[in-house]
Amino acid sequence: MTLKGLISASERTSWLLVSPLVLILAFFLVLPILTIVVVSFWNYNEFTFFPDFIFDNYAYLLTSQVTLSTYLKTLKFMVLTWIFCTAIGFTVAYFLAFHVRSLGAQVALFLLCTIPFWTSNIIRMISWIPFLGRNGLANSALISMGVIDEPLEWLLFSDFAVVLAFVHLYVLFMVVPVFNTMMRIDKSLIEAARDAGANGFQILTNVVIPLSKPGIMIGSIFIVTLVMGDFITVRFMSGGQSASVGRVISNEIALLQYPSAAASAVVLLCTVLLMIAVMLRFVDIRKEL
Amino acid sequence: MTTESELELVSLTKRYGDTLAVDAIDHRFPAGTYSCLLGPSGCGKSSTLRMIAGHETVSQGDIVLGSANITDLPPAKRGTAMMFQSYALFPHLSTADNVAFSLKMRGVAKAERLAKARELLALVDMADYAGRLPDQLSGGQQQRVALARALITSPSILLLDEPLSALDPFLRLRMRLELKRLQRELGISFIHVTHSQDEALALADGIIVMNAGRIEQAGTPQQVFDAPETEFVARFIGGHNVLQAEGGTIAVRADRIAIARESAAAHLEAVVRDVEYLGTTVNIALNAGNAGDITATLPDSIFFQQPIEIGETVFLSWNAADAHRLAA
Repeated sequence: MTLKGLISASERTSWLLVSPLVLILAFFLVLPILTIVVVSFWNYNEFTFFPDFIFDNYAYLLTSQVTLSTYLKTLKFMVLTWIFCTAIGFTVAYFLAFHVRSLGAQVALFLLCTIPFWTSNIIRMISWIPFLGRNGLANSALISMGVIDEPLEWLLFSDFAVVLAFVHLYVLFMVVPVFNTMMRIDKSLIEAARDAGANGFQILTNVVIPLSKPGIMIGSIFIVTLVMGDFITVRFMSGGQSASVGRVISNEIALLQYPSAAASAVVLLCTVLLMIAVMLRFVDIRKEL
Repeated sequence: MTTESELELVSLTKRYGDTLAVDAIDHRFPAGTYSCLLGPSGCGKSSTLRMIAGHETVSQGDIVLGSANITDLPPAKRGTAMMFQSYALFPHLSTADNVAFSLKMRGVAKAERLAKARELLALVDMADYAGRLPDQLSGGQQQRVALARALITSPSILLLDEPLSALDPFLRLRMRLELKRLQRELGISFIHVTHSQDEALALADGIIVMNAGRIEQAGTPQQVFDAPETEFVARFIGGHNVLQAEGGTIAVRADRIAIARESAAAHLEAVVRDVEYLGTTVNIALNAGNAGDITATLPDSIFFQQPIEIGETVFLSWNAADAHRLAA
């Protein structure tokens, strides 16, 4: 009897301890998602939307050719951004972790990397426009050097500009986790590899890259979720010429088609969760958290 | 490839900026012997080992193995292999892949290198663990794998950096015996860095005692323990009393000091401060006035014939042959 009382008392304490987190997650995460799911089954007309239980929103979304092409376009942005962010992020992290000897210099250079991120996304994005424009710095410099005769048209308001802005905005999300993982690699492992006759490239492929995988995976999750959900970068940098899943949702909201936007959001959420689930099958990131 | 080759250090020097870590040391390691570099931390023993391994550049001097000057060769081209203090096993590779690593780097085919790895794992009694990851092994097992990995290239010298320091005392004694057995069976040279006198005395054919970047004394364990040449060695190797006698400093082994209650032919008079029973022996801490603190070690059988009490005044003596004059 007393034993039973004790257990329920300790259980009560546990419930009490987790309840703030449960409440926060319930209110700020579960409730909004539930709302979106519920609204995605509602109906709407030109003026308003109202409770209902229809599958039309999903039926239209999943059969439309537009959906397929926007998803393909968004995936293309995502893959290109991921490739460049991974290549640049890994290189920067490798340099910081293995070539900079003193901890002081490492911290200083790392903070230097974060300085551009002290301003807002939109300002950093817009600052590309005078640089890449038809009469911008890049074109005039190339013309004055005699590399080109005519201004390059594809520099701004193009897929190139979109990917460039994405890489600029999100590369730090790859640098940080990869750097963090690399700093945990025991330096004697590098020596052991050299002792076994490995050259620099072999050390990279046989020791550093396999041991950096969890960091690369965490960075990849950041980049996948950020790029898949973006709508503002694509709009600004493509000059309104490229579509993306985020932009479709934002347009639908602008047209007050909330149920349709909610359905798009649910499909996007499922797609991203599926992608992350697949990625996590390949690398165990638990020990990094 | 286990060629009989001796290793020679010729005025080997290591500087880090202005600090002198290793100060022009000369030593010859005979082929096929077990040597211990012994000294306190910061004495230059690890730097010396790392220079021999090729993981540290040499500031001055030469390292000669057999007939080749290996001073500036990369680690894997020297005929040496190193076993790291924390073992440095690759955490993402299985035991077998760890052992086969250097063969993989040389481009040996997978089947061949794994067969060779199994052979070496059998040598260190780890054949049943080929598929495990390092995380799934105990400290002693990790060490065996590290040994197998170092030995797979058939080095003529195996370098061990404090190999036993990460193990618990029981395992340390067992691995100590095993290292010695392995060295005897393979017939190659082992150079072992340690700060433990017991380890060095038990394992080594030759002990090199280092202090402040210099070799204080090199010789067989018996020579070093029985007849220390400097005060540092006498104090570091333990079991010695360092005394001021006429004409200089001498060292006398604690177990060579006789205790009597009469003053006949005694060298010193002392007061008993403490008696420590250690099983086979009894340690007696003595205060000898100006001569300082002295420890005498008696076999338990002798002690209990005539037990000595704390506070008693006793007379100490030793044979002239047991007093070793120390260099200043």
